[in-house]
Amino acid sequence: MNCSELITTFLADYLEGHLPPDTLADFEHHLDVCASCVAYLRSYRETITLAAGAGVVPEDIPEELVAVILETVGR
Amino acid sequence: MNAREQEHALVERLRAGDPAAFETLVRTHMPALLRVARRMMHSEEDARDAVQDAFVSAFRSIGKFDAGAQLSTWLHRIVINASLMRLRTQRRHPEEDIEEHLPRFREDGHQSPASEPWPETAQTLLERAEIREVVRAAIDRLPDNYREVLVLRDLEELSTDEVARALGVTANAVKVRLHRARQALRSLLDPYMRPVTT
Repeated sequence: MNCSELITTFLADYLEGHLPPDTLADFEHHLDVCASCVAYLRSYRETITLAAGAGVVPEDIPEELVAVILETVGR
Repeated sequence: MNAREQEHALVERLRAGDPAAFETLVRTHMPALLRVARRMMHSEEDARDAVQDAFVSAFRSIGKFDAGAQLSTWLHRIVINASLMRLRTQRRHPEEDIEEHLPRFREDGHQSPASEPWPETAQTLLERAEIREVVRAAIDRLPDNYREVLVLRDLEELSTDEVARALGVTANAVKVRLHRARQALRSLLDPYMRPVTT
């Protein structure tokens, strides 16, 4: 397995725990010898955490929006 | 009366056309619906329009609500659909080409350039407001059909099948788009995450 196959083809299934045993062994062997793919895998995982964490937005009740909605449905 | 019984009673009042019941529904579920819409849409104005669409749609279709389901789940699906409908009608042109942000490889399959480690963890980085803003801006740069999948899977935490149903695509298409969206987002964030070398 090379970097392209690891990142493009197998990475997503690896994170889901869906790689068959032989492919998983090849995947992990590549990580043992490739610092670039180790860095890529870690930063890919951090990207998922960053997206979820940065996506936190305020949860409020804008009164003007409530008023427009109630008016629209005639309440 | 427990929460489930309260919700059941609210649905009955909505079906009976009780004016106060709809306002209760709006006030109770507005924060969650606005959160979803703000993640999906590009502007606050569009997010509020999508929430308005969603509540109006819910008001008109409360008769179809399955009494065995949860109101919050039903409304969540409605606001996602309302947001998607609005995004479909206002697709940005030209969108960024996601290929530009995917990793590159040499003919022998090696990464080129090689990836460098990010010295700080995401949890540490998220404590900084400017990093949260960088991440939000990077998500917003993704082409809509990739951003939608990323928001629904990684932020709203829908299952692959739920996203596939919402978008009307196959589960495999969701998996492919999600992986490409994460790869592109990683590339967009990479310059901000590595130490500056002088």
